Amino acid sequence: MDAVTAEDMLMFVNAATTSTGQHEFHHTAREQRLSLEFLHEYVAGNYRDLYAATLAMDINDHNAALIVRRLLETTSEATPEQRATEGALIARRLRDLPPQRVYDVFRALRRAKVNNRRTRAIIRDWVAARPDPALDAVKYRAGLKNALRHAHVVPDAPEVGGFLFARDHRKRYETPLLDAWRRAHYEHTAVYELPYTVAEGFAAKHGIDRAVFLERIEPRLTRLERLRLQNTARREKTAVSVDLAALPLTRLASYVLSLPVAERVDRRGELTGALRAAARRVCGRDAGRWGRVAAVLDDSFSAFGSAVKRRRPLAVALACHFLFEALADRYVPLWTSGRDDALLTHPLGVTPLGERVLDALEHGPDRLLIVSDGWDNAPHGLAAEVLRVWRTKLDPDRRVGVVHLNPVYDVADFDVKRLSPLTPTLGVRDAEDVPALVEFARFTEGRTGLPELHAHFATRTARYLEDA
Amino acid sequence: MARLDLTGLTTRPAQVWGGVRLVPLVRDEPITQLRLHPRLHDGVGVVDVGDGTHYVSYIPHGFVAAWTTDGTPAAAYGTELTREDAPRSTVPVRFHRRMARRVDKNRLRFLPLHLALEGYLALHFGGPDVVWDEWSQRAIRHGLSPRAEQAYLGERVDGLADAVKVFEIHPGQCGVAVYAADALAAVFVVPHPDDYRELHATLVHDMYGELVYQYALYSAPVRQFEVRLPDAHIRTLADLRAAANRQQAEWSAFHGTMAAGLLEPSYDIRRVHRMGGFTLSRFLPGFRVKEENHIGELITDSRGRTAYLKTFRLSESQIRRGYLLNHLSAHGWRMSDAAAALGVTEARLGTRIASAGLGSLLREDVLARYRSAISR
Repeated sequence: MDAVTAEDMLMFVNAATTSTGQHEFHHTAREQRLSLEFLHEYVAGNYRDLYAATLAMDINDHNAALIVRRLLETTSEATPEQRATEGALIARRLRDLPPQRVYDVFRALRRAKVNNRRTRAIIRDWVAARPDPALDAVKYRAGLKNALRHAHVVPDAPEVGGFLFARDHRKRYETPLLDAWRRAHYEHTAVYELPYTVAEGFAAKHGIDRAVFLERIEPRLTRLERLRLQNTARREKTAVSVDLAALPLTRLASYVLSLPVAERVDRRGELTGALRAAARRVCGRDAGRWGRVAAVLDDSFSAFGSAVKRRRPLAVALACHFLFEALADRYVPLWTSGRDDALLTHPLGVTPLGERVLDALEHGPDRLLIVSDGWDNAPHGLAAEVLRVWRTKLDPDRRVGVVHLNPVYDVADFDVKRLSPLTPTLGVRDAEDVPALVEFARFTEGRTGLPELHAHFATRTARYLEDA
Repeated sequence: MARLDLTGLTTRPAQVWGGVRLVPLVRDEPITQLRLHPRLHDGVGVVDVGDGTHYVSYIPHGFVAAWTTDGTPAAAYGTELTREDAPRSTVPVRFHRRMARRVDKNRLRFLPLHLALEGYLALHFGGPDVVWDEWSQRAIRHGLSPRAEQAYLGERVDGLADAVKVFEIHPGQCGVAVYAADALAAVFVVPHPDDYRELHATLVHDMYGELVYQYALYSAPVRQFEVRLPDAHIRTLADLRAAANRQQAEWSAFHGTMAAGLLEPSYDIRRVHRMGGFTLSRFLPGFRVKEENHIGELITDSRGRTAYLKTFRLSESQIRRGYLLNHLSAHGWRMSDAAAALGVTEARLGTRIASAGLGSLLREDVLARYRSAISR
């Protein structure tokens, strides 16, 4: 029983890290959502404590939102002690989530008619803790309105209540942002005082030229908006500055892969520098401590992902490449396609993982890391056999640590696709989490039992709640 | 009569999706003097066969072959999309003059698989050439016209579209063998890897026989061939690599047996068009009942190497029709001789012809006599 619980929980953590309910290379969005929903129902029904504790792990926002929703929907099933921990975990996690996702959770709760006392308290506390109520009122107007109405909350900030629910009666607002929103309906200059997403609507309404709009709204852009608008800015022959070095590693890798190859060649120095800087920031004190590292990185056609997750698996592989380079003392990257210029990589061809694993082992590494969606097809199952023979015959003392990192959720397995039962396989969302994941890998080898896993979840929960 | 020659093409490990197995064929040395390009038609077309005969068919796409005669690589001709923005309420009908038609000095447009299928449709199209009593007036005057056969569009074949979409193309891949429920459905070979990359998606626009459609619909997911490395004698990494390489050779040999139904029998190959050093031909099988029978078309170079190949697997009833027509023709369209050669009564042969869908060949009163003879 204990072994089953441990296995189920590791499976759930992998799923919650990778699946986003979106279309992937092999499976549609509908299949993804169906599979994930079943998994949530199963885990929440059987292991409620551990299910809640997963909120403290490095799972993705989509799954965090699903967990919060399910916990609040099934409040009546929880004991008083469970409610206390759950409440703290939910409140803590909601603070980490991007506000638009939180408002989506609240909207879903309203639609599901979940309006218990705990839900109302959580909404009230979260809204009260927002740093700038006026910004939320303008940027997430429908979301905030819905949340306040659902939880029967009167907003603390002056004018916000009136702005949301009775704005026609006002001539003007004292709060500058609210007043800018009022004036933006007829005054061009006021548009540029608003957040970008709101201003864009007004720009369309007033028919403002895109280039002029981009140039003047630039100071109001957030970091990710700047990244997103790079191509638009180039098309409109204007410039939106972005500090590549300050971006998270995987996000940066995604951006690099979105550029045409010719541009990547032109900006090679700048892009490589930014990627290296981001990788160094992630590894911190661990830089150069991993010894000899060999990595098998998947750039086969399936690394394209899908139209909605464009080149996501490849971006994770590219980010891992730069991360391992920073962590390793001596590093050998092996792309499945056989190409060796990481910066110019694009999804192409088959996945001969078995052959590449053999190549990697020939370099005599201390650690072997495989970043792949696990669809080993040239030939199917060779990687599993190579790893099995290597473990049982050639390296029974485990001198070489092998870890498989998989960025894609497989709907049929309710888990990420494994290469071999002898190799730990971990779901990975961002390359930034890899150092922590590799430590977590010992649980997935089946050598540590449920008590250790419980202890691990408990420490993670305690640590997560502490650094509030 | 000759066999199909696939020398120069080696198989690579198969990729499986549901009931469909796709086996990549890789060319060691691409053919550069001949190139193929896709042409989208998407609509019902009327094809003029050339001798005054016309036929109507759904024609999803066409190919353009470009070649050179002096051995230099053929220039890649820009793909032309002829999809129209016409209102969808009407079905566009396109008129195609000849199935293989020269569009330029060094370019030939042809409709893939139509050459092959027309070869099958035209089999003894003229009907009985000796006017024995049993044959109907209609068969003597008009032959088998109008002759109709059914095929399924690749998109309708269950799981094929998904399998083609998630397939990862091998480096140097010039062809593919398509299996539905592990029955060979089609083989497609092109001269150059770049052509293959461009034409890979046209697999779903192709025609497939009824057998393939049914197999794909009712098939359970087929099994992957799992690699098994015998580990008893592996002591070093080099041993491990050698064992892995042996797997590849074993798989290639095994695929030879899987595709034996296509490659072993001999075919009646007829030349259709000559283009430079290349020859476009179509072939018909021996119509062996209850066995695999493929029709198809191929382009061979001057040394007989296959540059282009596309096959279509006939369904059981299509094989029976071909077999009966060939058999009757071989015995001078004389019912008694043909029945004796088969070791059955004349009446049995008559009902067999009728149940194969060729009943209109026989006079109605003759057929009725056969039927009553059997029921007695």
